[in-house]
Amino acid sequence: MSVIYVLLAISIFVAVIFFIAFIVSVKSGQYDDSYTPSVRMLFEDELVTTKKSSTKEFKEKKTN
Amino acid sequence: MFFHIIGTHLCCRPKFKNMHDSKCYHCGDSCDRQSISFDEKLFCCSGCKTVYEIFASNDLSHYYDIQAAAGSTPKSIKGKYDFLDNAEIIEKLTEFNDGSIQIINLYIPNIHCSSCIWILENLNKLNPHVTNSQVDFPKKMIRITYRHDQFSLKNLVLLLANIGYEPYISLDDFEGKKKGIDRSLIYKLGVAGFAFGNVMFLSFPDYFDLGSSAATGGEFWLNKYQHIFRWLMFIFSLPVVFYAGWDYFVSAYKGLRAKLLNIDVPIALGILVLFLRSTFEIAFHLGSGFFDSLTGLVFFLLLGKFFQQRTYSFLSFERDYKSYFPIAITKLNSDGKEETVPVQKIKKGDRILIRNEEMIPVDGTLVCGNAQIDYSFVSGESEPVNKDAGELIFAGGKQLNGVIEMIALKSVSQSYLTQLWGNSIFKTDKSTSFQNLTDSIGKRFTISVLSIALVATTFWLFYDPSKAMNVFTAVLIIACPCAIALASPFTLGNMLRIFGKKKFYIKNTQTIEQLAKIDTAIFDKTGTITTTQKSTAHYEGMPLTAEEESILKNTIRASNHPLSRSLYDLLKEQNIITLDEYEEHIGKGLESSKDNINMKIGSANFVGKARTEDQLDTSIYISSNNAYKGRYVFQNQYREGVSSVFRQMSEMLSLAILSGDNEGEKERLEGLLPKLTPLYFNQKPETKLEFIKSLQEQGKKVLMVGDGLNDAGALAQSEVGIAISENINVFSPACDAILDASKFQQLYSYIIASKKAVRIIKMSFVLSLLYNCVGLYFAITGQLEPVIAAILMPLSSISIVVFTTIMTNRIGRKLQ
Repeated sequence: MSVIYVLLAISIFVAVIFFIAFIVSVKSGQYDDSYTPSVRMLFEDELVTTKKSSTKEFKEKKTN
Repeated sequence: MFFHIIGTHLCCRPKFKNMHDSKCYHCGDSCDRQSISFDEKLFCCSGCKTVYEIFASNDLSHYYDIQAAAGSTPKSIKGKYDFLDNAEIIEKLTEFNDGSIQIINLYIPNIHCSSCIWILENLNKLNPHVTNSQVDFPKKMIRITYRHDQFSLKNLVLLLANIGYEPYISLDDFEGKKKGIDRSLIYKLGVAGFAFGNVMFLSFPDYFDLGSSAATGGEFWLNKYQHIFRWLMFIFSLPVVFYAGWDYFVSAYKGLRAKLLNIDVPIALGILVLFLRSTFEIAFHLGSGFFDSLTGLVFFLLLGKFFQQRTYSFLSFERDYKSYFPIAITKLNSDGKEETVPVQKIKKGDRILIRNEEMIPVDGTLVCGNAQIDYSFVSGESEPVNKDAGELIFAGGKQLNGVIEMIALKSVSQSYLTQLWGNSIFKTDKSTSFQNLTDSIGKRFTISVLSIALVATTFWLFYDPSKAMNVFTAVLIIACPCAIALASPFTLGNMLRIFGKKKFYIKNTQTIEQLAKIDTAIFDKTGTITTTQKSTAHYEGMPLTAEEESILKNTIRASNHPLSRSLYDLLKEQNIITLDEYEEHIGKGLESSKDNINMKIGSANFVGKARTEDQLDTSIYISSNNAYKGRYVFQNQYREGVSSVFRQMSEMLSLAILSGDNEGEKERLEGLLPKLTPLYFNQKPETKLEFIKSLQEQGKKVLMVGDGLNDAGALAQSEVGIAISENINVFSPACDAILDASKFQQLYSYIIASKKAVRIIKMSFVLSLLYNCVGLYFAITGQLEPVIAAILMPLSSISIVVFTTIMTNRIGRKLQ
């Protein structure tokens, strides 16, 4: 029944991955400011302006 | 230029008065006094218009779509930031500084809406040398990366100021160490939560008894691999005990060394015993151990700590004069040249130049210029004071009226105001001297748990020695005061949030406990129980004719002086007329004429009235054709409900007023406040502090309510110092709590609410002791199974959390 070793190893491996993801996210400062990103994510489209040069810029960006 | 200034010549303006379109497109202020139309939009001043122009010409007018009228008027800042040319100062201010790139964190008090975030994060559109800008909205901070070889810090600050986002740079930024963010609690919580979940998972075979021998119905294969499950649990518990829970050992050790039995002693004992007994059990195949309870316990405890840690990142409770003072000041050398020097380097005898809107950093004598000094930071009094050459001016005042020159009489740290911070009270930490409720029962709790454990062990030693050790450890495990340790953080943490929603911002949970014990309340007068706006005035003197009234209103319409603005709002409506002549004599008054009537409005000297009457009041004097007519006397306006707040409070607390002002308002105050309320006038900052100290020596628990820097000493000395603030984004002195001025009437109900909160904690203690009694029954009788501990511990913790949350929310609902 050594499959139990495999199962335990997989379950712990998955758990550790999530744990590391958590540590990394804290370390990068994602928990320091929990408000501004919620506002910022709504802006992305509005950076586009009607001016010709900037729309061109935007198109280039989009294709990347 | 296709805009024009609509000045006094537009007679139809009053018609628009109550219509929405007379609001400034940029800042939303009313455009009654003056309006500029540009690009089919109305602006209240050229400053607002300029910002609009900047945004519009850079394709950033979307700013106004996100939030209407989000902007603010830029102030004149000429010369104010010259000190940013100084390389030494730049080095100290920047977070990162190398060859071409600088990174700086700036505090911008004006950040208030999503438009602000948007425009500030698009700074690179306004200037290509800004490579990155990121706003932290709750902290009102912006982090800007820019290429400084082409774009200096000074230019950056000027750019921000020009679009109405002037950063606030104070001596504090200059001297303060760059603080790293402490994220250790989140890490610990993460580790404990991770381990808790996994250990629970690994304990399932044991919970369902699957691991017992095949003969009794257990699963053979789980029985066989049992030891793997158990040792894995052991591994998971290691970081929990030695990292996440380590603080409890440290705190318990510190407590014991100081001969104090705080609540962390039984907690640390519980964690230690849980770990040792569990390890012992699995090592000798005696059972599965209590790793689930252990990790759960630490997880819940840390959760409590996390919940308690509510910080208002946009507020600071630790401000001293350094947060108000500028970094550098313009010094005039003997040869007349201007030089920017850091304020600490000002020496006695230095000649200093103070520009408009600048803070006076040292005590000194005025040499020349029209000094009109606003001491509102110091005393809470918003009315500026006029000073003539040769008069003394004190540190902490803000010059409002053009450039002045002064000679320093002292250095910064020895000035009248700043030497207050030399007092030892500012170096002691209030929290160390206070024993909170949880710790105060910790002692009795630890002693009783230890004695129960000893009695039970002695009994079992005689009855069945093999079980004695088992019982001893079981008592310590089950009695671990998890629920008790959680009651206070969750109750007070929730109260903190509730108070925060009611605009009563408290520094930490301990302050609520302190507030519940208050028996004396001391109030400052100016700015605390009076409002800073002077909105009532009465007229004394000969009645004005209809023409004169009309000229008066039209004259002050054009003035931006705060008193003119207040008076303008008080006077009755007049048709807008065009004045023949209008002149503003800065620092003195206004002069205007129309149809042979020449009026002077302003200070007593200006209108030709000798200063004979007592100068306790603030007045605007009026003369017509050089004949003195009369004056408008402004009165301190007391906050709404001062009387009733004091009456309610006087039933339970002893009250007093400590005012830095003269006795001008004594009679009015006596009428307003309950009889025999002691009133003390002419109190200096130090005497306020000493007064509180002497009350404390009599065993009183003192609440100090103040607002200005002159109350800072008293606020620090008192058990609880509350700063009243008209606008919480504006600076308030170091204190334990900040109360929004609009909620002044509720102060008493907040004190009552904190008393109720403490009662809730006591009730939770009783509840958790009941759980402990049930647990102790199992422990003493030697029947404590891991599964019972694993159920009882989370159950007690969660029910305490639910209980305190429901009860505090009930209190919160009653608050206004």
